[in-house]
Amino acid sequence: MPWIEAISADDIDRDDVMRWDYGGRTYAIYRTEDDEFFASDGLCTHEKVHLADGLLMDYEIECPKHNGRFDIRDGSARRAPVCEALRTYPVKVDVGMIYVELPD
Amino acid sequence: MTDLLAPLKFKPSRNYSLTGPEKDRAIEDGLVSAEWYQTPIDRKVLKQFIKRTDGPAIRDFVIWMALLVTTGAGGVYFWGTWWAVPFFVAYGVLYGTSSDSRWHESLHGTAFKTRWMNDWLYELASFMQIWNPVIWRWSHMRHHTDTTIVGRDPEIGTMRPPQMILMGLNLIGLTSVPRNLLALGRHSVGRFTDDERDFTPESELPRAVLSARIHLAIYGCVIVSCFVWGTILPAMLIGLPRAYGVWLLPIMGLPQHAGLAEDVLDHRLNSRTILLPLPLRFIYWNMNYHVEHHMFPMVPYHALPALHEAIKHDCPKPKGLLATWRELFPVMIRQIRDQNHYIHQVLPDGAGAPNFGPRQQH
Ligand code: FES
Repeated sequence: MPWIEAISADDIDRDDVMRWDYGGRTYAIYRTEDDEFFASDGLCTHEKVHLADGLLMDYEIECPKHNGRFDIRDGSARRAPVCEALRTYPVKVDVGMIYVELPD
Repeated sequence: MTDLLAPLKFKPSRNYSLTGPEKDRAIEDGLVSAEWYQTPIDRKVLKQFIKRTDGPAIRDFVIWMALLVTTGAGGVYFWGTWWAVPFFVAYGVLYGTSSDSRWHESLHGTAFKTRWMNDWLYELASFMQIWNPVIWRWSHMRHHTDTTIVGRDPEIGTMRPPQMILMGLNLIGLTSVPRNLLALGRHSVGRFTDDERDFTPESELPRAVLSARIHLAIYGCVIVSCFVWGTILPAMLIGLPRAYGVWLLPIMGLPQHAGLAEDVLDHRLNSRTILLPLPLRFIYWNMNYHVEHHMFPMVPYHALPALHEAIKHDCPKPKGLLATWRELFPVMIRQIRDQNHYIHQVLPDGAGAPNFGPRQQH
């Protein structure tokens, strides 16, 4: 499971989310108000909409299309119409860079 | 001469069912779950609009409830005299018309920041609308995915040809109230139409059954109390206002999409923003900013006027309510005999190129 250098931590505002494309896939990287970082698949499990266009509220990301929500800590579906959990990935920050651990 | 009975004789020109041939055509043509036009807007600016807060909705909810209680109490106090009429006219509109926009905003979870407040308002407003909260949640999700895509959108309010007489009867809920009650009855015994099954996940149906039973039980109590007390007053307060007070809803709500293009992938072409005075915007919770709402469903109702200002350079110039109906009504009459006729929305100079979708690429 390699750690992949993604983006600079400064690229994301606090309490916001950013899209990151890598290896033909799209991911969402989150930075909370308390400066914690999380990462997940970038597309909503409901209808494949980019979550990076959504709204981060505490630990919940709201999808911009139908207002479904996921918990960014474990990807669990928190509000209809999303039913299927979102895949999440471990994240670490090292010298200002965000690394995401992706499966081989 | 236009035959006004025609809507009762004609079948819709197209098959609006969600399980018929138009569904397959829509899928084949790439109109389903497609990418829609969105006015470019700076993320930092958008974040200001989508931010959630409880304050405005608590204020508006308290005002709404206070008005409902005051007008309802006035109606009860003066019951049996003509003085009760103006109270019930106001109560009916606050109940039968306003509950629609409260239902809608809480469904999106944008009214309040606090989740239970949205959920609670959603259940209350669904009940007032005589709508199954489970089925209508999923119906509306589909409406947002495939807005006015024939064969996919279950909420196309004016199919062609427009059913003018039925729409007229519906100004006092003569078709919608019996239909809604029958739907609750069906749901309560686990019967769902093919269309409902098309947009509602199977796993949600047991909750829909339970909701229908609870709503019907409450309506049952209302009817029993009418008999016990020998007066329709309880029903005048709960249930019937959805009929006698709904008249303002289609006047403000039908223009959302009526008379506009079908099967396009651009809300500027198939949705309509209209300008309303403040009292009507209170009743309608700003849902008159309909293009804005469809393009950015995360924006709460109280931020829609600001969003409108931010993107109006890219959207058709909105009209007032009267001007809108002056344009729309003749188009609906013409659609009775010419179902290909619709209003081509005009975009301002410099606006983003319209997305006519795969069927109507010009
Ligand atoms: S696409 Fe995300 S909630 Fe529907």
